[in-house]
Amino acid sequence: MMTMVDLNGLKAKALEEMESEGTLRVVVGMATCGQSAGARRVMETLKKDVAELGLDNVNVAVTGCVGMCTYEPILEVLEPGKKKVTYIRMDPEKTARVVKEHLQGGKPVLDYTVGHDHAGNLKNLEDLQFYAKQERIVLRNCGTIDPENIHEYIARDGYAALRKALLEMTPETVIDEMKKSGLRGRGGAGFPTGLKWGFAAPNKADQKYIICNADEGDPGAFMDRSVLEGDPHAVLEAMAIGGYAIGASKGYIYVRAEYPVAVERLKIAIGQAQEMGLLGRKIFGTDFSFDIEIRLGAGAFVCGEETALMASIEGERGEPRPRPPFPAVKGLFGRPTILNNVETYANVCQIILNGPEWFASMGTERSKGTKVFALGGKINNTGLVEVPDGHQAARDHLRNRRRACPHGKAFKAVQTGGPSGGCITAADLDTPIDFDNLVAIGSMMGSGGMIVMDEDNCMVDIARFFLDFTVDESCGKCTPCREGTKRMLEILDRIVAGEGTMQDLENLEDLAENIRLTSLCALGQTAPNPVMSTMKHFRDEYLAHVQDKKCPAGVCKALLGYVITADCKGCTKCKRVCPVEAITGEVKQLHVIDQALCIRCGACFNVCSFNAIARN
Amino acid sequence: MPEDPEVNQNRFGTGVGNNTQRRLGNVNDQSKCACSCGCITAEDPRFAELKSYIDSLNQEQGITMPVLQEAQRSFGYLPLEVQKFISENTGVPLAEIYGVATFYSQFAIEPKGRHHIGVCMGTACYVKGSQKVLDKLVEELKVKVGCTTSDGKFTLEATRCLGCCGLAPCIMIDDDVFGKLDDVSRIPDILGKYE
Ligand SMILES: Cc1cc2nc3c(=O)[nH]c(=O)nc-3n(C[C@H](O)[C@H](O)[C@H](O)COP(=O)(O)O)c2cc1C
Ligand code: SF4
Ligand code: FES
Repeated sequence: MMTMVDLNGLKAKALEEMESEGTLRVVVGMATCGQSAGARRVMETLKKDVAELGLDNVNVAVTGCVGMCTYEPILEVLEPGKKKVTYIRMDPEKTARVVKEHLQGGKPVLDYTVGHDHAGNLKNLEDLQFYAKQERIVLRNCGTIDPENIHEYIARDGYAALRKALLEMTPETVIDEMKKSGLRGRGGAGFPTGLKWGFAAPNKADQKYIICNADEGDPGAFMDRSVLEGDPHAVLEAMAIGGYAIGASKGYIYVRAEYPVAVERLKIAIGQAQEMGLLGRKIFGTDFSFDIEIRLGAGAFVCGEETALMASIEGERGEPRPRPPFPAVKGLFGRPTILNNVETYANVCQIILNGPEWFASMGTERSKGTKVFALGGKINNTGLVEVPDGHQAARDHLRNRRRACPHGKAFKAVQTGGPSGGCITAADLDTPIDFDNLVAIGSMMGSGGMIVMDEDNCMVDIARFFLDFTVDESCGKCTPCREGTKRMLEILDRIVAGEGTMQDLENLEDLAENIRLTSLCALGQTAPNPVMSTMKHFRDEYLAHVQDKKCPAGVCKALLGYVITADCKGCTKCKRVCPVEAITGEVKQLHVIDQALCIRCGACFNVCSFNAIARN
Repeated sequence: MPEDPEVNQNRFGTGVGNNTQRRLGNVNDQSKCACSCGCITAEDPRFAELKSYIDSLNQEQGITMPVLQEAQRSFGYLPLEVQKFISENTGVPLAEIYGVATFYSQFAIEPKGRHHIGVCMGTACYVKGSQKVLDKLVEELKVKVGCTTSDGKFTLEATRCLGCCGLAPCIMIDDDVFGKLDDVSRIPDILGKYE
């Protein structure tokens, strides 16, 4: 049992440990992204060298991800009273040098930092445009605290919101404040969170449930993973607050199995919270008890849909169920249930602590607070950005369109909303990005993944890619979704094989309309979106495939042909690289490609130093 | 349930698209249980372990998924014997167990290799060339996608987004993610680390 004093005392103690005079706090980003870039080897070297040199004043800690994937692995050195130093793209050798020169010698190693300004002052992550323009609520602790240490969370006001709710607020006021804040669900549909909680609260039942949807199925979105790996307690605390608000004593977190690191951190976090009495029976000495269990997904996209997710927790095939009854009335195991997304929960504690007015002061008229976007694909600055809703995340990063994409390629489109969404073209980039505006231009927010495409991406191929995904992931319950998407995929297969007709384009539209209107869940209803959206914005590419039998981006192999032009110097490079020996020619003589043998792999095209191979 | 790789080839040539087929099920093939590994016998100690796991969950509702996950972790896959055992010990009908096991793509009815390689076919990885990564692995391991190498070391599969999109293209070997594989020449080195 914990009292208020305990929490305050713990906070003071934790702060002292983190920021005491003379200690150097060294943190390494060890989320999945950091680890895959090599953070573990950096950490090993760091620990080993610090120990060998006997640097007692150095405090090494693990953190989550700051959201700047391009710079991983990231190592930061914090010293009380001094500016934080950020080292980027670290490896064991660089780490050894930092330990020696900076941690021991006291002199930052300028070569590995993010740079310095005109006056020679060292810059760190926070000085970069990418970071400076952000407003961090959801990601406030990611990359700052050690997610495996509850004390560091408490040092950042952790569990103070739960204490405030339990000791100073009634369940009704909690729901009221959520309503006033204007928070809308971040799982895709944008449903007002307070309203949802309000539906479940009055329903009487022997048991109610709080569920956190951590299935994050939208390919290209990874903000939920980042929160779970970087700040797991924020989600646990918010779930407990939700439990208090609606009268639930049991919570489930449904995490996809592809996120082992997140699962591990959650397990640790739940264990620590239970140990300190912040989860479990009679929290803060009140009558409120709440516990949380982790359930793992098993690789089915449709389980991100709330009713399918509940079916999966119940141990059944993850097939969506018709609504009504809504989960708030009859959800998990037939009991009233509230289900929210990870990012939605990550806002809750801050709203309770800072008040709904503070939250509502950010964002656009109809979307309050911030939204985290995941930038990926053909963009130099990949990573997570958290900006007030409707703000221009993508536009900011693509403003200088010529420099936005790697290798100086031309920007083509941003895909949002994953397999349910559509694309935003350069012309639409000026539209503020929020739930409603995205729908108006034929896309949707989804969970906030933004995949940038450049001139080398074929939009017909991308449409087919998404349809293949939905065909694969349809649960099979509804015929239009199960069979209709398959027929659409077959048509697209024909088009990219150069066998498409104009009639096919019409049929696609008809099928799309049918599937949209007659599917049970949003997976089916939105499955045609990527096709419709690309057909609308890139009709010329479809026509090129159908009428001219050409793929302008040079992706669809059946429509490609390679020929060697008169620029050939006879260097034999292409001949050597061709895997099927389709190229013949003597040294310093014009080479030729035998079209019957050519498999259109493009190897010759890529290696030619004289631009002497033409693609058509 | 041996799947004809030709039938399952979709446009990646990967067999990503075979889940739906699996989910809709084809129960008849069950008799040809694919245990080429010397078979799991009834005396296998793992059954006793699974039993005590099931007993430890007894109080709870909705235990099918956790039990199947534990069984898959312990046996590596879910052959008919194991499904039957779970059915007998949980009281859940075998048909339902089979229905669940075939619905989710992470449950395997056939044995897998010692290490599982998943090549991310999420959007971010796809636009950054995950097909090339997959092709390289097919070439290195000399297996088709969805299959296991003849030495039983690796199973190669296409997988959904790994949440590491900022470092696309990515692959996951067991629980470890490797990013920035645009340079496919790094792949042999990575594979070399596995026993
Ligand atoms: C096919 C499908 C997949 C979905 N996947 C997810 C997901 O991965 N994560 C998520 O939070 N919501 C997902 N949703 C939305 C959920 O059904 C639900 O609306 C949401 O989790 C509610 O939380 P929120 O109100 O906090 O947004 C999906 C919906 C559909 C139809
Ligand atoms: S629309 Fe598709 S995914 Fe949704 S319930 Fe129907 S068949 Fe299943
Ligand atoms: S798309 Fe490959 S990790 Fe997300």
